[in-house]
Amino acid sequence: MSSVELTSLKAKHDAEIQKLTEQSGVDASKCYQCGKCSAGCPVAFAMDYPPRAIIRFLQLGLLDQALRSKTIWLCAGCHTCSVRCPKEVDIATVMETLRILAKKKGYIGDKNIDLFHNAFLKSVERNGRVYEAGLVLTRNLFGRQFFRDTGHGLPMVQKGKISMLPHSIKDNGEVKKIFENVRKRGGNV
Amino acid sequence: MKRVGVFVCHCGTNISGTVDCAQVAEAAKDFPNVEYSIDYKYMCSEPGQEMIKKAIEEHKLNRIVVASCSPRMHEPTFQNCVERAGLNPYYVEMANIREHCSWVHPNEKEGATEKAIDLVRMAVAKAVRNQPLQKTTIPVTDRALVIGGGIAGIQAALDLANAGHVVDIVEREPSIGGKMAQIDKTFPTLDCSACILTPKMVDAAAHPNINLLTYSEIEKVDGFVGNFDVTIRQKARSIKMDVCTGCGICMEKCPVKVDSEFELGLAKRRAIYTPFPQAIPNKPVIDREHCTYFLRGKCGICSKLCPAGAVDYTQQDELLTRRYGAIIVATGFELFDYSVYGEYGYGKYPDVITGLQFERLINASGPTMGKLQRPSDKKEPKNIVIINCVGSRDEAKGKSYCSRTCCMYSAKHASLIRDKIKDSNVYVFYMDMRTPGKGYEEFYDRSREQYGTQYIRGRVSKIYPLNDKLIVRGEDTLLSQPVEVEADLVILATAMVAQPDADKLAQKIGIGYDKDNFYTEAHPKLAPVETHTQGVYLAGACQGPKDIPDSVAQASAAAAKACGLLSKPEILTEPIVTEVDEKTCAGCGTCLLICPYKAIDLKTLTERIAGEIVERKVATVNEGLCQGCGACTVACRSGSIYLKHYTDEQILAEVNALCL
Repeated sequence: MSSVELTSLKAKHDAEIQKLTEQSGVDASKCYQCGKCSAGCPVAFAMDYPPRAIIRFLQLGLLDQALRSKTIWLCAGCHTCSVRCPKEVDIATVMETLRILAKKKGYIGDKNIDLFHNAFLKSVERNGRVYEAGLVLTRNLFGRQFFRDTGHGLPMVQKGKISMLPHSIKDNGEVKKIFENVRKRGGNV
Repeated sequence: MKRVGVFVCHCGTNISGTVDCAQVAEAAKDFPNVEYSIDYKYMCSEPGQEMIKKAIEEHKLNRIVVASCSPRMHEPTFQNCVERAGLNPYYVEMANIREHCSWVHPNEKEGATEKAIDLVRMAVAKAVRNQPLQKTTIPVTDRALVIGGGIAGIQAALDLANAGHVVDIVEREPSIGGKMAQIDKTFPTLDCSACILTPKMVDAAAHPNINLLTYSEIEKVDGFVGNFDVTIRQKARSIKMDVCTGCGICMEKCPVKVDSEFELGLAKRRAIYTPFPQAIPNKPVIDREHCTYFLRGKCGICSKLCPAGAVDYTQQDELLTRRYGAIIVATGFELFDYSVYGEYGYGKYPDVITGLQFERLINASGPTMGKLQRPSDKKEPKNIVIINCVGSRDEAKGKSYCSRTCCMYSAKHASLIRDKIKDSNVYVFYMDMRTPGKGYEEFYDRSREQYGTQYIRGRVSKIYPLNDKLIVRGEDTLLSQPVEVEADLVILATAMVAQPDADKLAQKIGIGYDKDNFYTEAHPKLAPVETHTQGVYLAGACQGPKDIPDSVAQASAAAAKACGLLSKPEILTEPIVTEVDEKTCAGCGTCLLICPYKAIDLKTLTERIAGEIVERKVATVNEGLCQGCGACTVACRSGSIYLKHYTDEQILAEVNALCL
């Protein structure tokens, strides 16, 4: 295993990590690597690095390793880690910030998850809330997994959990405004 | 007529959970001489003690056996109890059925009960042979000796002096102050070390009850608690202390330059010198090993220039003997010599320095006036690596213990560097962070969060020079990957070790030391500042690695113990000492050699045998010095020396009770 040269790494990525810290509002240097986040993470079993390691990458300046990981995409954003962290490091927000940066750089760790995020946001923008049946269709169609989870579809419709037609909210204009504002500030939605 | 009472304690469930106490009490009724036997939940409690007192009265008991915990725990309790009931306290015998029985056999109830019965049987057999013993008194000299003038010694001396006792501080260096005088700032508050130490040094020097004996060493310690006769060697300073004004002209003009011990080789001093400008006493000494006058008989510049005429080349070492009531040992520590680490450059890379050298480099009164520059080319370092546990927690090349202070001072060093050089990067390689003190974890937090120190968990395996850098290789064990740092300066947090001559001093005083030559306390929890030699107390890092707050706390504790001793005109001594049977003693002197406390001497007896006057030598025991260890009784070939309360007759009665 080749060794990591820390001094040059620091020089190379310092500014970028500084920016990341500003964007997320989370200071990774607070972390003392206890691993409580990873131990409580419900999706850690599927990750390539535990959440603790992602924070360690940021501490050392191993930005690429963090951005190219599957972990940041698999994070479901449940915030269990952030709630349990003894040093109040908001790990889930770090994951989100890393995803945004990764996407900008074209590193997409899991295409289907990215697809899901896009479809979700588009649905919310259009309807003011998510249109579940439409989201499932878009996700399955573009993800080329046409029959994924279809077994659940009928019972959910029967029980009224999802509806075949989209619902809209009273004033959809406000949600649209939020999206516009995000774009104005450089957000990629 | 011996009438024994047996009292079996349950100790809550500590004993009764395993041992059937009622059965033990019942069985004891059949032992010879036992008149009364009972069990109770807590024998040491007030009702328990009342029970014993009442039984002594009602059943006219004259020997008491208590079957309970270790005698180290409650023997004094029960001795006081029977004394109040009018019996000699040494008529109490304890059977330890807790530590020696219930606690070690928790799963063998039957066997444990049987064993408890046996232990009580033995105690009864001994109790009937116990003799009344009387405590005697010895006078106490109201004067204390503090060995070592570092922060622990100064604090202990000040506390004693403020309590009204006269104290002598013996310090072997030319100035008091110790290691703390070399340190720049102190964790976790970042107080300037000199700012909090030097006022205490001045206080000690100015205190009417304190005498400073600097440049002096302990030559010999005789005597015993309350009456130690200590011989002190005052090394020839070559300066008349009462004449010298401390003007310093001699030090300016001396032509000889040698490495300064105080600056740890980072600067030079003269052959006539004070270790540092704030030295106390602020009067120089001549280093005779380097002084041209002493080497070649020529020069004499200092003597010619001294306006007061204080230089005296003819001075000789002087021996001084004084009597002290108590001794506080506060001789401090040394730093581990890391040159055994080939992987860290055998101590040969100039830019690999120790933590204490760093203290001098960053210190405003240090050789660089506090400007941090690396020793090799005086450049300001940008990338600095600090390595923890150099010599500590390393059984192969160093010491097995943790030095306790390094995690904290490394966090301090990292913070100080970032304070001085804003664009620097500091990497700390550690194995575990240990910050168990008030405000310590928060200090470590600040070093990461506020000062941006990079902590890497792992031990550095190699440092090697490349161009003008030092490449430091280790593994980030949290990353599971080897890492490298191109460092400009490497600081090693070297272990705290005992003084190189700690064992010799311990032998002179007669105190114990452990495998690492740190002095041994009487009990790690319950007697942390006492030694096994009565009247000798420990303070500071001579007992084990310690930071300043702990050293000061221990010094005050030792002073309080010494005050307790010195505040009485005389003290009671334990009567469990050895006695010589002069009729059979052959005066061979074997016991003299074996006694660890130097308590035995030979004396001459003049006897009239068959009308002739004959002189012969016999051993005699100094009861003040004897600690009752019994080593001599084993060594004596004719069985002429015996330990009171543990005579052969008493011990063999116990053995017989068990085996016959």
